[in-house]
Amino acid sequence: MSVVLYRIDDRLIHGQVVVGWGQRLGIGFIVLVDEGVRANVWEQELYRMGVPPAIDVVFATVGEAAEHAAEWERDPRKGIVLTGDVETMAALCAALPEVRKVNVGGIHAREGRTERLRYVFLTEDEAARLRALAGRGVEVTAQDLPTTKPVPVADLA
Amino acid sequence: MSERLTGVVVAHSELAASLLAAVRAIAGEDHGLVAVSNTGCDRASLLRSLEAAIAGRPAVVFTDMAGGSCAFTAAALARGHGEVRVVTGVNLAMLVDFAFHRELPVEDAARRAVEVGRTAVGLVAK
Repeated sequence: MSVVLYRIDDRLIHGQVVVGWGQRLGIGFIVLVDEGVRANVWEQELYRMGVPPAIDVVFATVGEAAEHAAEWERDPRKGIVLTGDVETMAALCAALPEVRKVNVGGIHAREGRTERLRYVFLTEDEAARLRALAGRGVEVTAQDLPTTKPVPVADLA
Repeated sequence: MSERLTGVVVAHSELAASLLAAVRAIAGEDHGLVAVSNTGCDRASLLRSLEAAIAGRPAVVFTDMAGGSCAFTAAALARGHGEVRVVTGVNLAMLVDFAFHRELPVEDAARRAVEVGRTAVGLVAK
């Protein structure tokens, strides 16, 4: 399996992803599934400049990700697929039933959300979406870094 | 005399506040620097914190990692502000120097910070 991590992280591409997970897993590419960034060429350039040249960065909509997922799975390099919110990951998982594990990496405080973990704040709707994913057999755990203990969805949603 | 520059240090965890404490110990209180942490922030809330720290003034934003959330957010902010420049890889030497050169135009101050910061990094002979 080439995509080694499906992660929800509202900071998108950042140190924890590129260094924390990227170094540990030895990744060669990151796919950022985010409609806003996909539509913003300048922001894409910014992310590319901030990532080491050995790591390819791909920007996709949910539809594009579903279309290209099989290619990414055949890629000899390891990769991370990243979304900025629960809704986008839920849509991606609906389009890609082969996704069996989802990592909740960072969803920060915002109005309407309550704290579930130091780095996970969820609305009731977001919690319900995560439970629904788990109900469909996807292993949903929260874990900010590879060195911390994964927390099962039942303990946060 | 034109307004002296503001410097905003934005970094992970407590790094920015600790750097400012070190600047104070070396340069005194008149340093013009503000500390912002990304702890607990998503991109939108970090952007709001940065905007509040800059408060529309000419500013150099110092960030810790070139590929981190602080740098990405600062770069996004600077794009909409002509008088804001972003320097990555902050270190103490560039901050102390900045404290004494806040009368420079923002572009010059940012370029100077990069040079001073680079010069400060080296391998000690033995």
